[in-house]
Amino acid sequence: MKSSFIKSTVIFLGLLFLYFPILVLIFYSFNENKRVMVWKGFSLRWYNELFSNEQIIEAFIISIKIAALSATFATILGVMIGYSLVRIRKIPFKSFYIFLSSTPLVLPELILGLSMLLFFISLNNVIGFPSSRGQLTIFISHVTFCIAFVAIIIQARLTDFNKNIEEAAMDLGYNYTKVLYKITLPIILPSIIAGWLLAFTISLDDLVVASFTTGPGANTLPIVVFSKVRLGLSPEVNALSAILMFALIIIGLFYFYFNKKFKH
Amino acid sequence: MKNKLFEKYFVFSPYFWLVLFFFIPLAIIFKISISVSEWGMPPYQDIFLFDNGFEINTTFENYIYIFSDYYYIGSFVNSLILALISTFFCLIIGFPLAFYIATSNIRLRNILLVLVVIPFWSSFLLRVYAWKIILQNNGILNVILLNLGITSEPLQLLYNQYAVIMGIVYTYLPLMILPLFGYLNKFDLNLIEASKDLGLNRIKTFFKVILPLSVPGIVAGSLLVFIPVVGEFIIPEMLGGSDRLYYGKILWEEFFVNRNWPGASALAFSGIIILVLPIIIFQILYSRWSQKNEI
Repeated sequence: MKSSFIKSTVIFLGLLFLYFPILVLIFYSFNENKRVMVWKGFSLRWYNELFSNEQIIEAFIISIKIAALSATFATILGVMIGYSLVRIRKIPFKSFYIFLSSTPLVLPELILGLSMLLFFISLNNVIGFPSSRGQLTIFISHVTFCIAFVAIIIQARLTDFNKNIEEAAMDLGYNYTKVLYKITLPIILPSIIAGWLLAFTISLDDLVVASFTTGPGANTLPIVVFSKVRLGLSPEVNALSAILMFALIIIGLFYFYFNKKFKH
Repeated sequence: MKNKLFEKYFVFSPYFWLVLFFFIPLAIIFKISISVSEWGMPPYQDIFLFDNGFEINTTFENYIYIFSDYYYIGSFVNSLILALISTFFCLIIGFPLAFYIATSNIRLRNILLVLVVIPFWSSFLLRVYAWKIILQNNGILNVILLNLGITSEPLQLLYNQYAVIMGIVYTYLPLMILPLFGYLNKFDLNLIEASKDLGLNRIKTFFKVILPLSVPGIVAGSLLVFIPVVGEFIIPEMLGGSDRLYYGKILWEEFFVNRNWPGASALAFSGIIILVLPIIIFQILYSRWSQKNEI
């Protein structure tokens, strides 16, 4: 009895710690008062103001666009890496390949952002492209650091994938390409979707790398939000938080649904 | 033959992308970190000069400059201490949670695990912002403390290093819990029963059985928290004050405010060497150690 009491208490306190700040944020988003901390009454005022704030809406659209595109590219390249590492024996300079595909996971974002910015500036000096930074440069940077996350998920999935199915298909006369498109990819499709969702969320949430590689006309949502809350509080951001948290949590639930690996 | 072509396509497409957009940028950081700085745009000289024949124009001045100034060294040490403290608290809070989740029945376990990780999916920036609201002078925490009579006037909870630690522990906790859970979930719970049957009390069971078996999870979780925290910029910027400077802030200002590109690059490259290189070495040593101990 005693130990199960301790157990429930620990789990309860842990979950309280994790969810309390999110609930506080949602609670204050319904505060009528412009001064965030002084409660004046329940109201949807800031939700209205949020939807008529063109700067935030525009930033939101830019962010979604960049996140969808970079997640798609990162997923294609990440699946190729995961497949190569598990199924293809001859990879030239394999340690280097592993280094390239796993280091972005541990490298602080700040260093990654700085290196991307200096790269784009140097590239512009040499070949005259990209002449200014913006959505394209953020997209390239996001693809680069999302690849690694997709690659891990795919690698894990392919590792416990039963290779006999592929071999059986080959014995039945399928060639390599056909096995891949008809057997392997359909079977790992849920993991591919999970990888895409993860990459999408990471791109949507990124502030540091985007701050380095942004330019005119490419203020993403985190950049706009950060500029609003860096020095104080903003009732509009409270409303945005509530909506965004809700949306992202739903994406997260989809991720768990697709990433079966998680359930074992 | 067709298979070969297809394999090459699969291996080399991402290879090409990562060399171009990841490896070359890192090389450029190194190049600029050994360039001579000057006023102008870009604010450094080329490392190869062709004015009078061929000349290599490099310097280690930028590294000497950084490593001889307490402003830089001190900030880096601050970041290491911050990362150490935060990792410690993540472990203290994360371990019991991971342990109790891993020892729950299967249905409850999956629900709890999703519940623990879901906050991690919601926006990082907004979760930090939430703490800004909680820790305000007239925020919820102060209201609770005042009503309980613990303090008679609102405490200044925000804009200091404790608020930074709070924010970090909160946002990075799931990164600690997941690998811990991964390893705790694998081990046989009967071992705990067995150790009790053999007469070990709870404390001994913990230190002799549970803890040694969770070492790989502790190591993985600690690394996932420690390394990004050293380079953390947003949390100190939102919740921290001027009482302590950290590596991320210094790097940011060196580049954007002081416009010292070679200096910022030297800081970044030192960060790579100090943070990332040890992990690679550690991984090699660790895989040898675990092979020897057959874990």
